[in-house]
Amino acid sequence: MSTVDERTNIEDTEFGKKAAGPVGWLDDRLGLAGASKRSHLLRKVFPEHWSFMLGEIALWSFVVLLLTGTFLTFWFQPSMAETTYNGSYTPLNGLEMSHAYASTLDISFDVRGGLLIRQIHHWAAALFVAAMIVHMLRVMFTGAYRKPREINWLIGISLMVLGLVEGFAGYSLPDDLLSGTGLRFVDGLLRSIPIVGSYLEYFIFGGEFPGDVIIPRLYMVHILLIPALLLALIGAHMILLVYHKHTQWGGPGRTEKNVVGYPMLPVYAAKAGGFFFVVFGFTALMGAVLQINPIWAYGPYNPSEVTAGSQPDWYMGFVEGAVRIMPNWESTFFNYTWSWNVFFPAAVLPGLFLGVGAAWPFIEQWITGDKREHHLLERPRNAPFRTAFIVAAMTAYGVLWIGGGNDIIATKFHLSLNAITWFCRIGLFVLPVVTFMITKRICIGLQRADANRILHGYETGVIERSPDGGFTERHAPLPVGSQYSLTNHDRLPVLEAPPETDHNGVAAPHSRMAKLRAKAREIYYDGSVDKPTVEDVHHAEEHLRDHDGHPVELGDEFQGVSESGVPRVH
Amino acid sequence: MSDELDQLTDAEPIKDPGLPAHQHRPTDVDPAQELRAERQITGMFTVASLLLIGFCVAYIMIDKDQTFLGWSAMNFTLGATLGGALLLMGVGIIQWAKKLMGDDEMVELRHPAASTAEERAATLEDLNAGINESGFGRRPLIRRSLFLSMSFLALPTVIMLRDMGPLPYGHKNTVWKKGMRVVNDVAGTPIKPSDLQVGQLVNAEPAIMYEKDKDGEAVLHGTELLQEKSKAAVIVVRMKPEAITPSKGRENWGIDGILCYSKICTHVGCPISLWEQQTHHLLCPCHQSTFDLADNGKVVFGPAHRPLPQLPLALDSEGYLIAVSDFPEVVGPSYPELARDQKRLDDKS
Ligand code: FES
Repeated sequence: MSTVDERTNIEDTEFGKKAAGPVGWLDDRLGLAGASKRSHLLRKVFPEHWSFMLGEIALWSFVVLLLTGTFLTFWFQPSMAETTYNGSYTPLNGLEMSHAYASTLDISFDVRGGLLIRQIHHWAAALFVAAMIVHMLRVMFTGAYRKPREINWLIGISLMVLGLVEGFAGYSLPDDLLSGTGLRFVDGLLRSIPIVGSYLEYFIFGGEFPGDVIIPRLYMVHILLIPALLLALIGAHMILLVYHKHTQWGGPGRTEKNVVGYPMLPVYAAKAGGFFFVVFGFTALMGAVLQINPIWAYGPYNPSEVTAGSQPDWYMGFVEGAVRIMPNWESTFFNYTWSWNVFFPAAVLPGLFLGVGAAWPFIEQWITGDKREHHLLERPRNAPFRTAFIVAAMTAYGVLWIGGGNDIIATKFHLSLNAITWFCRIGLFVLPVVTFMITKRICIGLQRADANRILHGYETGVIERSPDGGFTERHAPLPVGSQYSLTNHDRLPVLEAPPETDHNGVAAPHSRMAKLRAKAREIYYDGSVDKPTVEDVHHAEEHLRDHDGHPVELGDEFQGVSESGVPRVH
Repeated sequence: MSDELDQLTDAEPIKDPGLPAHQHRPTDVDPAQELRAERQITGMFTVASLLLIGFCVAYIMIDKDQTFLGWSAMNFTLGATLGGALLLMGVGIIQWAKKLMGDDEMVELRHPAASTAEERAATLEDLNAGINESGFGRRPLIRRSLFLSMSFLALPTVIMLRDMGPLPYGHKNTVWKKGMRVVNDVAGTPIKPSDLQVGQLVNAEPAIMYEKDKDGEAVLHGTELLQEKSKAAVIVVRMKPEAITPSKGRENWGIDGILCYSKICTHVGCPISLWEQQTHHLLCPCHQSTFDLADNGKVVFGPAHRPLPQLPLALDSEGYLIAVSDFPEVVGPSYPELARDQKRLDDKS
């Protein structure tokens, strides 16, 4: 692999003569060569799969956000002090507005390239959150969060929460009508927090809404506090990724004990580095041709105005939907007002989503009792309960999202708002159950199909007519590589009832818990189809070789097979 | 550990056939293909350079106000050149990696995330030695008092946040008071009943929002103005008097079917604006709470809980609409002390 002959000393080669100096200088001071050698850092192997790119999109859009955001800070003035606009955008000339809004107008109209950078920044933010969520789904669907990666999963959840808050803070900064409406919502949410709500509102807004400190405060949060936390956590995320080595899909030669792929230097570094330019270029093109958040069209914030059909950024859509479909419950007791109609959908529900998400690896581990390390990804079909559970959560999310756009749906499709709201209220509880069951059935069906393909081969498309006139289609065995890939996963555990009593005949101390766990495990594995056993395969091989008592002859031109079931003829 | 895994492998129905043989790419075996790829990639990088020069030219040459196909010409050209250049560079680098860089897959062995048992033991020993030498376990008095002072450290941290804002004692209601004129929110002109037709809705504000002091300065401006506006904004509607069903005590709050309500939604405070004349419903654009203005602002749909507060109206000597008092109900979104504040308002009237 290396171009250097084993016997020559690297220092005597041409490369060695050039590089030894600088490398030596650095190593004299930092001693990094030892660490790099120990961890094979420069030639670290990264496996390849398209889905491993999703996290990279999130990473690179974060870098784009840092770069474009820095540019924007040169002009943006985070002040709510009043000023009279006098700039290039004539329709707003002479209007009273905050410095924040006026300077955002300046960035959009008077700073050359300012609008472009602003739009890239906004698009990259939407992409950042989207990529994080899809990346998280990938990790969940494939069980990549399993031991030893649970901590990295928690770091990922924190990154997502911070990303959402960061996006919302940024959305609020320009002090236009939409961002003010968003803040008004935050104000209402803070007020709805039981007992301490008013205090939080007054402390955060520096008095009554809107006050004159919220934008400077959010600015600090947006450009310092959260980015610093994000950077630190992203760093930790990456260090753990390198330490654990990336998960990989199973297949010939790919085991739990190795990782197969390309070395960091040069291939992975080039691909990943090149991908940064692709993400930046892509967002730049979006900034060039797709308008986003045209704040000049909304006007400065005015608490007595609102635009109809005002929508938050897409990632807040599910909270918005929950708030819209919530029944109008509010109660008074202990002399306090309790605004369940806001507190529950805007605070409790998102907390629930995140809490269950964060706890999921540990819940699953408790149910399955699986304490082993896992480096091979699990195909979604081979974990039917998990897959169905995620799909159910996605369904609930989707229903809320529809709720968040109920006014738009109502006007676009001429439906009654009332009907959509009730659809969402009921759907939130019913549809996830339905999709759970459907998904689980599909997974189990796919597991059966896999077992079938292993045992009976694939359909060759060759139809035979038997002497008595019946038609049959010939099956041919899958190539052994594909067969192996299909079986390269854990066998189902044997489920046994927990002992009622311990060895001494005394009621087992944790028997309640153990029973619950046994029940959970039963539900978790319910219906799953195990992969064929050695004997099954043995049997099937004989059967396949020996079709109707005749050996299967497919002819000379019939060589090789493809997994798609189409015979490949050379 | 490895034995266990080996046993498992033995039970596998299909044996691992091992990594498939390496397949050479066209660029590995055909020099012509290799040359072509090299040219392609170099071409991409070169075009990228040209685009970046184009970016600078556009930056200098294009006028800010020029448009192109409805886009700002500046924004479009800068974005297209920058985006194009970046994309070409990215794709070029990736192509280079895919077509020309060594493509031998490598195998690296994994190790359990855990350290070895010795390492763990050694670390535990160090930890133990450290704790022992500190006497942390042996000197509970010191330990506990340290914990105590540590937890007291939270006090300054919390108390220092006190000045982030005033305490919310006694949410004031609004700037409306007896005799204040209801003025149109566009020009600040007072409103006469004859200005309103049946079915019409007008956005209005208290006259103080447009008042100037003797130096010609606005009485309310900046933050204060916004704070007051976010509570005092109202809408004035005219309906057929017979359509209105005032609740007890509200019979004389309107003038010939003209009623005045808070514009601030009782849900989370959006200004409400969508008026359906036929049904007398007012719809909030934020989460679609709907209030029946003919029926005392009652909530008929949506997540808002409290009815829209109503402002009692009268006419002044010149025949303009004025308020009889401040809102007798708390306006805006709910908050924990709302019940108490409402009681105070009730006691006052
Ligand atoms: S603010 Fe009016 S419905 Fe939510």
